[in-house]
Amino acid sequence: MPYTIVNHALEYFGLEQGGIWSFIGAVSVWALPITGFVSLVGLVSIWLERKISAHIQCRVGPMEVGPHGLLQTLADGIKLLGKEDLVPKNADRPLFALAPMLVFASTFVSFACLPFSEHAIIADLNIGIFFIAAVGSLEVIGVVMAGWASNNKWSLFGAIRAATQVVSYEIPLSLTLLAGILCAGSMSLIDVTQAQGGWIWSWFIFRNPFMWIMFLIYFISSLAECQRAPFDLPEAESELVSGFHTEYSGMRFAIFFLAEYGKMYIVTALGVVLFFGGWYTGIKPIDEIGGIAGNLIGAGVMVTKSFLLVCVQMWIRWTLPRIRLDQMMALCLKFLLPISLGGLMLVAIWQGLMPDFKLFGIAMIAAMVFAFMQMRRIYRNVTNASKTRIVLPTMKV
Amino acid sequence: MTEITTSQIDQHGDVKTEEMLLNMGPQHPSTHGVFRVVIRTDGEIVLEAESHIGYLHRCFEKICENVNYTKATPYTDRLDYLMAMGNNLGYALAVERLMDVEVPERAEYIRVIVTELSRIASHLLAIGTYGMDIGAITPFLYCFRDREKALYILETVCGQRLNYNYVRIGGVAYDMDDAMLKMTREFCDYFLPRVMEYNDLLTYNGIFIERTAHVGVLTAEQGIAFGCTGPVLRGSGVKRDLRKDAPYSVYNRFDFDVPVGTGEAGSVGDCFDRYMVRMREMIESVKIINQALDQIPEGPFKTDKIKSKPKPDKGDAYTAVENARGELGFYLISDGSDTAFRLKCRSPAFSNVSVLHELCRGAMVADVVAIIGSLDIVMGEIDR
Repeated sequence: MPYTIVNHALEYFGLEQGGIWSFIGAVSVWALPITGFVSLVGLVSIWLERKISAHIQCRVGPMEVGPHGLLQTLADGIKLLGKEDLVPKNADRPLFALAPMLVFASTFVSFACLPFSEHAIIADLNIGIFFIAAVGSLEVIGVVMAGWASNNKWSLFGAIRAATQVVSYEIPLSLTLLAGILCAGSMSLIDVTQAQGGWIWSWFIFRNPFMWIMFLIYFISSLAECQRAPFDLPEAESELVSGFHTEYSGMRFAIFFLAEYGKMYIVTALGVVLFFGGWYTGIKPIDEIGGIAGNLIGAGVMVTKSFLLVCVQMWIRWTLPRIRLDQMMALCLKFLLPISLGGLMLVAIWQGLMPDFKLFGIAMIAAMVFAFMQMRRIYRNVTNASKTRIVLPTMKV
Repeated sequence: MTEITTSQIDQHGDVKTEEMLLNMGPQHPSTHGVFRVVIRTDGEIVLEAESHIGYLHRCFEKICENVNYTKATPYTDRLDYLMAMGNNLGYALAVERLMDVEVPERAEYIRVIVTELSRIASHLLAIGTYGMDIGAITPFLYCFRDREKALYILETVCGQRLNYNYVRIGGVAYDMDDAMLKMTREFCDYFLPRVMEYNDLLTYNGIFIERTAHVGVLTAEQGIAFGCTGPVLRGSGVKRDLRKDAPYSVYNRFDFDVPVGTGEAGSVGDCFDRYMVRMREMIESVKIINQALDQIPEGPFKTDKIKSKPKPDKGDAYTAVENARGELGFYLISDGSDTAFRLKCRSPAFSNVSVLHELCRGAMVADVVAIIGSLDIVMGEIDR
């Protein structure tokens, strides 16, 4: 479809069809919806973050611009656009300018293989998951570049920390991705999702008991990949001021910010595709609608599921303190890596022995419902237990 | 990188490692004011931390030698601005000892109530910002929510939120009426369950314990040698609290415990112990306030023996009070005129911060932040 549009345009301008110009044209046509979507994701998630953090912290958050401050991010974006483009005196100018672009590009390109529904995908690569993992790790080059080019020791610290963290956590993350690939037998995100069609128990997470472990590891590693708390060491506000983007301001900073939130969406969307049935609702008749309506429902479901996971990321960020560098490495190399290796093996064995064992999924969902109902009681016990740990003086008021 | 010191270059084959000098502060989010630490690091490991103070020097002692005794009281507010009541009290006690005046009982009780409220507010800020140093932002706002309530009471009592100038020589500035006392009682009832909330949110969080246990261990000998006092010394297991050991005002009439660090999460004297001592002290403060509210007598709230320009006889006096950060001492020499000949202030945070380089040696960069936070410094008091 984009090629036909582009060809018409080329004909209009009297340029040769099928050459480099038609390639550039097609890329630009596809870049438009991604740009729109990334900006929208940024807009919504920044608003969500501010609102969620506010409500966690007994505040109300932005209320002035738009209903419940919905347009606050837009106002902030306009403010950032109008700011002076500052480059520190001793900074490495070309690298300083290139870094945010590189960081943003890695996030941006990943969207090309991210499915929204069966047909709403820009490029259904047969190595989609690999592509996202590979392009996503390009981000760290931009981060190191930013840290080095700023010519600021705190930025350098942040950059080195980011490199350490992202490179280490890539390994458990890739191993968990492999588990999903193993279940589906394909690296194409469309194929992976379609392997989870049907009722809810055919989602990968319910199909196999070890997929839960893999999902937890995936989620923890993805937090580290996005440099979100408790793994926000690269931008640790109280230690490194704000890490690799300390010296950035105005629009360059906004691009870093946008890339961070775009990345959050990508990792959660990938998690949804690999573990939570992608665009499927889990109710067979609805998933079989097809056509434009089916695709629209699918896209809605996909985005909703991803944003639910994004909310969990935010919830974690505003609850937990930050871990230290050595603890972060210990967690990755001593726990996540061996567990994910073992988990991958067990997933493979289970998958080889009983690939279509539906009963387990049904039992799993039943157990989850039961656990959910017990949640309140358990929660109450836990809080009571923690209350008894500090010895209160007996006093008459 | 231009400032790398090449004093020590290790050579492992072709790989050279160099030390890096990091300037932390005076503008840094975690130095709690204009405090500067120069850190010599090897990667993330701190080899040496050198603290530089003096960015907030205001000649407090010299000013107090140039204004009369009454006029010096507001300047004491600006010392430890997070616990100004305690500073007022320490100064007032020193002048009262110099002049040998008795203070009415009601005034003494009011002093205890406002000082302990102030201590709670100060500890809440210490705990909240400590959580923030570790990376947990939410507990900070919870602490501020409750600190606000304590400050509201103090504001009702004396019209100020931070620099009270309330405890005056010979009594207090205004009386606390029944409504204010009732409000204080309500705050105490409200506050105790909140301590549980902080514990759920921060204290027993696994990551928080990981970050603070075994970090910045201050042994009791070290603490005493450096002159540390307050929660910093008590965190190391030394049971020293002037309210118990050398009771001033009416502190000998109350029943309360002195919490000390026991090393419950790691080793005795680590950051967690110092944090926990503050947490437990707030509960003790509530206990003291409740007892003071029960016992407070009727009567005048200031003595009429003090004139607006008091002139003590020749002599000198030293008093020390237990402030939120430790032992705050005032040494006054009078030459018989209406201004002090000399005022020397012993500020607890000054002694506490002097131990920083000992604690930071061998720690990680992230630990430096945790250690500075656990010492709970206030630059207004260190630089005076």
